[in-house]
Amino acid sequence: MAPERWLWENPDPVRDVHRAYVEAGADLILTCTFGGTQVRLERAGLAERVAEVNRRAVEVAREAAGSEVYVAGDIGPLGEFLAPLGRLPYGRAVEIFAEQAAALAEAGVDALYIETMSDLNEVRAAIEGARQAGSGIPIFATLSFDRHGRTNMGVRPGQAAEALQSLGIDAFGANCGATLEMTEGAVAKMHEVAPQVPLVVKPNAGKPHMVGREVVYDATPEDMAEYARRFVSLGAQVVGGCCGSTPAHIAAIAEAVKG
Amino acid sequence: MNEILKQLQEAVVVGEPDQARELAAQALEAGIEPLPTIEEALNPGMQIVGDRYESGEYFIPDLVMAAEAMKAAMAVLEPALMARQEQRQVLGTVVIGTVEGDIHEIGKSLVATMLSAAGFQVYDLGVDVPASEFVRLVQETGANVVGLSALLTTTMRNQERVIEALKEANLRAQVRVVVGGAPASADWAQMIGADAYAENANEAVGVVRQLLGV
Repeated sequence: MAPERWLWENPDPVRDVHRAYVEAGADLILTCTFGGTQVRLERAGLAERVAEVNRRAVEVAREAAGSEVYVAGDIGPLGEFLAPLGRLPYGRAVEIFAEQAAALAEAGVDALYIETMSDLNEVRAAIEGARQAGSGIPIFATLSFDRHGRTNMGVRPGQAAEALQSLGIDAFGANCGATLEMTEGAVAKMHEVAPQVPLVVKPNAGKPHMVGREVVYDATPEDMAEYARRFVSLGAQVVGGCCGSTPAHIAAIAEAVKG
Repeated sequence: MNEILKQLQEAVVVGEPDQARELAAQALEAGIEPLPTIEEALNPGMQIVGDRYESGEYFIPDLVMAAEAMKAAMAVLEPALMARQEQRQVLGTVVIGTVEGDIHEIGKSLVATMLSAAGFQVYDLGVDVPASEFVRLVQETGANVVGLSALLTTTMRNQERVIEALKEANLRAQVRVVVGGAPASADWAQMIGADAYAENANEAVGVVRQLLGV
């Protein structure tokens, strides 16, 4: 079942997940809309329900966030290559992102968070779409650095920082990523290229491995807290956790950086 | 090596489909047989591309464009092969898909592309594929390799379901099963009784070749 379906069929666990992170000390939570673009929802049989999925996700997140915690509308990659590598024209990608961003903005998110990007053109399309729809809502964008210090598509962190800085978005940085070390290296480079820009860093809790039949990420809450401190010293103003980050990881990060 | 073949290999390495198409046609016009063209220019070209990917010089766009160049050249060479009643050596037959509940496409498609370029016959079932579909297509095609992609910790369990379904259909001995996707690992592959894990599309080619001894 597509994660987005849970928003109608079983919203309580989704809200509980949000709430666990709020209780752990998060100041900002992300909506359950990583796959909330029309192209991705289409594969889940929900193509006609873009506005509804995104609105519902914001409602559920807001119920957990209350009035003290920000809700950012999450926007993930489209899951297919843009032309010329793939068939999706740039202009169409912009429209698809704009549709999702408009739904999130109308539902009242505090920011739009574009994440786990690998292709610079796709980030540009997402930002353009978010701008068309977002009417002044802050826009954050982060890329995932996964291979030899670059994204899977070969984008260097410095190159990303230059491009994103010239687009004038509110904050950018790195998320997900192959390892904490690789993300740290990317963040250092971004800070060097764009020292004035507030960075957003939301890495995985280390690397996945099997414990029995469960996938567990190997960084402890203390490890994540230590990295969060380093990210702050490298210009990060928003830090958090991606894959494998439990509420305990977020609590440790919050304690480390909120002092 | 013949100058045209050298240039054709280079067109694959740098990922230039138009040049590759043109050079493949030139090779035929110059009287170079299609099979040597494939074996001496195209296959080694893809090998160089794979090596450069492993070393961090190349990234996904380079793989995609190299495979496109290979495909463009093959589109010219295939009619010539048919006319000679020859065919490119088929290294094996692969059924591939992203398991049920999971709609991640890019990684799986890239593996399919790279396996095709390497000379495997690939049947791509797409995404969100039920175990029964893998079984059906293995039966229909007589495949000897099954590739299972899963990008979520929640859907990777369905890789195991496909393996169970292959066993129930008495097809397990006929196929080598390779798993991939962000949360998968060699440990996971072993745990669920797969034959191998491949971390990326380039590695998948090497792993499948090794499993089949080709």
